[in-house]
Amino acid sequence: MIINHPILGPRDAQEFVYLGDASLMNRPDGMSDGIEAFHDYLYNRDNPAGAHRELWYHEQGDRSWLVVTRNTVTHEILKVELARDVASKAGRGK
Amino acid sequence: MTQVNRIAGGQIDRATTFRFTFDGLPYTGHPGDTLASALLANGVRLMGRSFKYHRPRGPLSAGSEEPNALVQLRTGARQEPNSRATVAELFDGLTASSQNAWPSLRFDAMALNDRLSTFFTAGFYYKTFMWPAAFWEKVYEPMIRRAAGLGRLTREEDPDEYDKGFLHCDLLVIGAGPAGLMAALTAGRAGARVILADEDFRMGGRLNAETFEVGGQPGADWAAAAVSELAAIDNVRLMKRTTVIGAFDHGIYGAVERVSDHLPVPLPGKPRQTLWRIYSRRAILAGGATERPIAFENNDRPGIMLAGSLRAYANRWAVTVGDRVAIFINNDDGLRSATDLQAKGVDVVAVIDARADGPLLPDIRHLKGAEVIDTRGRLGLTSITICQSNGRIETIRASALGVSGGWNPNVNISSHHRSRPVWDEAIQSFIPGHDGPPGLSAAGAAAGALSTHGALATGQAQAIAALADLGRTARAELLPEAEDAPVSITPKWYVAGGKGRAWIDPQNDVTVKDVKLAHQENFTSVEHLKRYTTLGMATDQGKTANVLGLAIMAGLTGRTIPETGTTIYRPPYTPVAMGTLAGRSRGRAFKPTRLTPSHAWAEEQGAVFVEVGQWLRTQWIPRPGEVHWRDSVDREVLATRKSVGICDVTTLGKIDIQGTDAGAFLDRVYANTFSTLAVGKCRYGLMLREDGMVFDDGTTARLGAHEYVMTTTTANAVTVFRHLEFCRQVLWPDMDVQLISTTEAWAQYSVAGPNARRLLERIVDQDISDAAFPYMAAGNVTVGGLRARLFRISFSGELAYEIAVPARYGDALIRRLVEEGRAFDAVVYGTEALGVMRVEKGHVAGNELNGQSTALNMGLGKMVSKKKDSIGMVLSGREGMVDPDGYRLVGVRPVSPEGKLTAGSHFLEIGAAAVVANDGGWLTSKVYSPHLGSDIALGYLKAGDRKIGQRMRAVNLLAGTDTEVEIVSPHFFDPEGERLRG
Repeated sequence: MIINHPILGPRDAQEFVYLGDASLMNRPDGMSDGIEAFHDYLYNRDNPAGAHRELWYHEQGDRSWLVVTRNTVTHEILKVELARDVASKAGRGK
Repeated sequence: MTQVNRIAGGQIDRATTFRFTFDGLPYTGHPGDTLASALLANGVRLMGRSFKYHRPRGPLSAGSEEPNALVQLRTGARQEPNSRATVAELFDGLTASSQNAWPSLRFDAMALNDRLSTFFTAGFYYKTFMWPAAFWEKVYEPMIRRAAGLGRLTREEDPDEYDKGFLHCDLLVIGAGPAGLMAALTAGRAGARVILADEDFRMGGRLNAETFEVGGQPGADWAAAAVSELAAIDNVRLMKRTTVIGAFDHGIYGAVERVSDHLPVPLPGKPRQTLWRIYSRRAILAGGATERPIAFENNDRPGIMLAGSLRAYANRWAVTVGDRVAIFINNDDGLRSATDLQAKGVDVVAVIDARADGPLLPDIRHLKGAEVIDTRGRLGLTSITICQSNGRIETIRASALGVSGGWNPNVNISSHHRSRPVWDEAIQSFIPGHDGPPGLSAAGAAAGALSTHGALATGQAQAIAALADLGRTARAELLPEAEDAPVSITPKWYVAGGKGRAWIDPQNDVTVKDVKLAHQENFTSVEHLKRYTTLGMATDQGKTANVLGLAIMAGLTGRTIPETGTTIYRPPYTPVAMGTLAGRSRGRAFKPTRLTPSHAWAEEQGAVFVEVGQWLRTQWIPRPGEVHWRDSVDREVLATRKSVGICDVTTLGKIDIQGTDAGAFLDRVYANTFSTLAVGKCRYGLMLREDGMVFDDGTTARLGAHEYVMTTTTANAVTVFRHLEFCRQVLWPDMDVQLISTTEAWAQYSVAGPNARRLLERIVDQDISDAAFPYMAAGNVTVGGLRARLFRISFSGELAYEIAVPARYGDALIRRLVEEGRAFDAVVYGTEALGVMRVEKGHVAGNELNGQSTALNMGLGKMVSKKKDSIGMVLSGREGMVDPDGYRLVGVRPVSPEGKLTAGSHFLEIGAAAVVANDGGWLTSKVYSPHLGSDIALGYLKAGDRKIGQRMRAVNLLAGTDTEVEIVSPHFFDPEGERLRG
């Protein structure tokens, strides 16, 4: 596969490490949320046949974490974003 | 033996003669021959035995689809089993042998299987060997493996190199027949970057095997001229002997180039094969078509082959398979075999044409509406029995029979992304579906355009379309004139009515009866048919067999072929050697080897090294007279505890963390708190995974208000860094914190022991007295004016420091430390002594940080701060993970000092039976403590914190040990920590 890195352009998927569902971005707050919320965050995932937002890490590159929107049926890559931008826009903050 | 079956013409170089052997007998051939064509020229039809029934077999084909003629090439370390003789390029001195036959190819004892064929029908594995279950592993499987098999490996290491390469192009053209050549010419002339890959050693595809004219010249000559033109175009790369094995995502194709298979040994510096990864913007599949047989009784004898292959041997290789040739067909194309062979002067005894209508050949005995119903000849065809349209049975003497049931487009690569081929009624076969790999189109016979004109026209059209997609214009030049015969075929899959066996898939010995049995037992879907009968599951992936098998199933179920459907293909298109996939990643080159800055010095001392991940670390350094590793390790430990020891700890991961939020960031990623750490101090940190298990540990120092340096374990250096980047970018994107891995930037040595400070005082420029540099101090210092870092931390329990200098000074520093250390009888110790001292001190390491242990298990539960949010904090509080009766880290000593402990032993109460229900936990790490004079161990024991002082047993059923032990504190050595604060 080829991932069109927002900064570095098309890169071979071999340069990346795959993590999984981009919902891992939505970590609850440990001071206000409890075990149930963390359990749901950590273990419950959607497994769509189709568009899937997922986290890839450009380990053999610039170390960017990316949110890659990939069709799990065709492997077509629909969108690639810097995870930091996505997280920041989503209000993850500090 | 002479080349008795060599006829006139062909594309072989008769001026040169190659000598080769098959099963020890000498033969001759010529450049341009394959092993199969040369053997056939020498009158050898028998080349192998079938997989299951050990039936005598000769080649069915003249190409890569070959199911039968599998042989072993070469001898010794280069011996290569399961090679298709039909594509093995002949070279002088080639040694080939048959396989799957004992004691000889002509007399094979396992042919007994053929007599027992009733027991080996479809599904026999599932039926015959089910009972008793215990027999499968010990009796049935070894028996089947011995009897049914392919070639054998030599078990010697392959002496050749295999390489990997990367290529980029605008257009990849797969196959260099008329369609592929035309596509490459069209795109190449237009200036596109083109790769033309073809599996054959001579480009041209079927044009080399036919007598057609193209543009007024023989097809093979036109192909040669096209190749010459392409070779002169800079933007075209021609890759013969290169099989495109698969279509992967986003225009990436895999290809295997057989760089040196046609040579006795590779040329100096050349690999045997190269695995190419081709990045293409567009691709055209012009892989041609594969002929399929018609099934009839005993249709697998040597001498019976595909009609198109029969004429390929005659036209390209100047070989007739026999002196009396018959042809059995259901389509017009097969008639070409009769006319071509007759034109070459071969005696064509009959054309058995299953069709009642259609053209009638002049000057040949052409029997319309006839069928071949049986054959004879134990080791090769001697006669065929036919049934004429009027029902008359006749036996005809023949030594070769060409069979044609039609041509199947080679759709394989088009279905690598799960696209289903679609049925084309006109050609009675499947063509590529429309939802194939994006950017791939098909041309020529692969697309169902089976005439030469059709190939040229579609090749040109697809190239123009592909370039138009890329915004380029290619000209549609006038096509050379070529035959454009329509496909005329009447479906005929098998000859019904017989009682014997009619083969569909000769490599896996699947017959019409097997398909009928599968139908009878309701395995009627194509996927069930495949798995129940093993149809198409052999190394040829059923290239000649699949369509035939499913068409027969369609007939049995009364469904149409499109209703019945087809299985699809997976990469690789043809078998690939494991060595090719491995490339250079084998032996020591399998992974990188990382050396620490003291490596050269350690080698000079005769150190013994151990692999730790990618690193080589000093395990111990033997001295003269030491005969056992324990001699060295005990000495290193005792000398360190007595005076001072030096150890290279460079391999520990080091991460610089800077930014105004660095402290807050560390509070989130560590279970304990770092924002409160004073500048110039360091602290042990425990890092959890989000699920609450311990991830890693290490010390982190604060070098400035906004600057920390983290240490990770050697094993987790990469994954911790990745995790920290995840936390920084994805979880808390607005934190002001930056990371950089500095593992390789610093050479770091531990200096431990009562004289550690005295030694370092000779080296470090600054005051490092206990008052100036107390326990857990950290900071920048200089060593002879050079920048360095000093940490007062201890893994051994001794007064200890870690000193770091830029990596390029690491060699100088180890030599300096050793030199200055002479005054103190300093010793350099390796990972074993390090391990002994850390167990004596009760520190956890890899064996305890096993990914299944919590802070509580390790006795570090209080380190998980609840006053702040941190990764893993919440879930570490889950029920079950806070079980008061859960595992706790304990120390273990044998009751008798001579008692032996083994890591992995399980804790049992005295007198309890050694069964799982009584299991109390296990010993994680065991060492011999020279300080205590006995084995000691760490372990995880259920409710271990309440069992200190108790006696138990450490039982290891594998090692056969059962030792009475005392459960003690894990801190065997200096539990109050007085030494490290000294």
